[in-house]
Amino acid sequence: MAHVGDTQAGNIPLAEVPDVELYHPKSWITKYVFSQDAKVIAIQYSCTAIAIGLVGLVLSWLMRLQLGFPDTFSFIEASDYYQYVTMHGMIMVIYLLTALFLGGFGNYLIPLMVGARDMVFPYVNMLSYWVYLIAVIVLTASFFVPGGPTGAGWTLYPPQAILSGTPGQEWGIILMLVSLILFIIGFTMGGLNYVVTVLQARARGMTLMRLPLTIWGIFVATILALLAFPALFVACVMMLLDRVLGTSFFMPDIVEIGEQLAYTGGSPILFQHLFWFFGHPEVYIVALPAFGIVSDLISVHARKSIFGYRMMVWAIIAIGGLSFIVWAHHMYVSGMNPYFGFFFATTTLIIAVPTALKLYNWVLTLWKGNIHFTIPMLFCIAFIVTFLNGGITGLFLGNVAVDVPLSDTMFVVAHFHMVMGVAPIFVVFGAIYHWFPLMSGRMLNEGMGKFHFWVTFVGAYLIYFPMHYLGFVGVPRRYYEVGETSFIPDSAADLNAFITVMVLIVGFAQVVFIFNIIRSLIKGKLAERNPWNATTLEWQTAEFPPGHGNFGDLPVVYRWAYEFSLPGVKDDFIPQNLAPNLINMADDDDSVDEQVAE
Amino acid sequence: MSIFSQISEKPWLESVDNIINMRPSNAFHVPTPIVGLRILLAAMTVLFVLTAISYADHMRLPNWRPLPDPFLLWLNTLILITSSVALQWARSAARHGDLGAVKKVFFAGGVLAIAFLLGQFLVSQQLVDMGYYASSNSANAFFYLITGLHALHLTGGMVAWGRTITKLLRGFSASQIALSVELCAIYWHFLLFVWLGLFTLMVST
Repeated sequence: MAHVGDTQAGNIPLAEVPDVELYHPKSWITKYVFSQDAKVIAIQYSCTAIAIGLVGLVLSWLMRLQLGFPDTFSFIEASDYYQYVTMHGMIMVIYLLTALFLGGFGNYLIPLMVGARDMVFPYVNMLSYWVYLIAVIVLTASFFVPGGPTGAGWTLYPPQAILSGTPGQEWGIILMLVSLILFIIGFTMGGLNYVVTVLQARARGMTLMRLPLTIWGIFVATILALLAFPALFVACVMMLLDRVLGTSFFMPDIVEIGEQLAYTGGSPILFQHLFWFFGHPEVYIVALPAFGIVSDLISVHARKSIFGYRMMVWAIIAIGGLSFIVWAHHMYVSGMNPYFGFFFATTTLIIAVPTALKLYNWVLTLWKGNIHFTIPMLFCIAFIVTFLNGGITGLFLGNVAVDVPLSDTMFVVAHFHMVMGVAPIFVVFGAIYHWFPLMSGRMLNEGMGKFHFWVTFVGAYLIYFPMHYLGFVGVPRRYYEVGETSFIPDSAADLNAFITVMVLIVGFAQVVFIFNIIRSLIKGKLAERNPWNATTLEWQTAEFPPGHGNFGDLPVVYRWAYEFSLPGVKDDFIPQNLAPNLINMADDDDSVDEQVAE
Repeated sequence: MSIFSQISEKPWLESVDNIINMRPSNAFHVPTPIVGLRILLAAMTVLFVLTAISYADHMRLPNWRPLPDPFLLWLNTLILITSSVALQWARSAARHGDLGAVKKVFFAGGVLAIAFLLGQFLVSQQLVDMGYYASSNSANAFFYLITGLHALHLTGGMVAWGRTITKLLRGFSASQIALSVELCAIYWHFLLFVWLGLFTLMVST
């Protein structure tokens, strides 16, 4: 085993590039609060995202209580229910998943995995977190203003979003729009860092095609986000002006409670286009980092190089590009030209090609691998299955003729929860179990982890499979209660009650997970330096857990991240920065280089 | 190495190692802040293009009543062009190490940008006095939205300009501030092109 800085023995001259000037914190405040260290910012991002995510989780419990047992909980009014739906959706998609994958994992892993000391613009990176925090605070504040948070649905469609009768019309919608605008400003600052660090600050020898797929996923997702969030930004600004100044960007001539409003000549459908021009790439902003992380975890925990690395990279790029020309498949029922729908159905189905390619490659990586059923691996397998399930229902919904009858039913809810809720969250869990030792120096408890996994995995299926059937029989989404409806059988109510019970059980498993994190932070088993025998640079830092500046001498990279189980080599992995002449061979052999070349 | 050949390497082959290893690891051979600025400009392009598309979408709606083009708007455009030219001048002066010229021209460029912002403010005042309120027609609303977004971005650029001015006052050398001046100039040119595009769109309709 070589240690960091063992470059004198390699065949590459030390980097002539001057080392970066690093900002060194001078006090406790600049070290842990207003920190410019990407690792601290990552932890701040993650904690904030998980905290607001727990709020979203509790909101989902309240929603399910109402759906499973209508007329039982008197404190849940119809308007409350709409507020729960709206805030749950917005929190989970934007403030939890986007922030956690890019702000959390992106910040932590990019500098470490590409072999940099820090992000390229650390000060801007710090601002990014604080603007995000303000966005979260503004969002949370909307729970406490008169009228409560907005209940317009997470898509915030005008005109109803800003008309009276929609909960939160007074303040909630304003705070929601302001919060989103802030989030986008904050994200753009962070996103610039993630992209430029990957492009310009890689260690010597770390070519683009030697990057771990985690970095590829986060990198392309950040580019998508930088190009997609402006659409949401414009939409939010315009709607804010409609609400506050009475402009008519989205508001048509409209009558409210028998009274003609001053709005005139706006276009509600324009908002839908802008929203989904952001909204569809957003699916991949969440999915691509998950794709990347899962590729690395599978490879490490199956001790086998990833199958089809180049195809995996190109598929990520292709999916990213395609995601910008499919947005109107969210709008089949908005009265569009059939040829328009045909175009978007076609592009939607084309996305299945690179996505299926990735699925095959994950399965082929597992094929004949030395699979270790660690908790990260379990979550990866769960992800593959779940993403496949959710992806296939996506093929149904991508076709106009199938989508029209299923639109606005529970089938849609089940589909998008499987594909962009449950599946990416599995990867988040897998990644936390995988990288927690790196971040804290301690292992998470395995028993609690197994419990967490099995309850979450089986529970997620018991929640969302029945929901597909509810959608088939026509149970609509976003309804406070279905009541007496001739086409919905009574058994739908039983199924709803069953789903609610499952939701509460799965919710309990998440409480166990949080407990596991807190307990392991304090008295978890101390981790070895590289507990999973991974090849990537984040495990090769000077200190463990990595300290300020990450590395001693900047690492030199000699190979890609997937050298596992090479014949003739003693260890079953070769770190990326291990010089070729330091590789431990199984038996003494003088032709080291030839063996490695095999 | 183009970015396309960079992403078509076969990283698992030992034979390419030595070639790869001798290469600098950054993807673009320009200073890192310029790469960052370009990516920011790409995001801003999406923002302004989508605003322009929304504008065009509204134009075909029945009660679209275009508003007049105040003469001052033409003058402002001229001022912005001059401002951009001044920054370009400062950029090449900094490259040639002519610190005296940089100071004068860079300062003048910023002052012209402030004049542009004031001019834009005056235009909107005039229009409001003439009764073109944002709420009365979406053509008016779009005028204020577009000029407002553009002015906000230019104001953001003024922060970078102010920081560079402080560096100049503190006596940094020409080579030390060349990059800051260059970043400002690129940003100014971008905003000039955005303005010319949006201005053409608004005047021609």
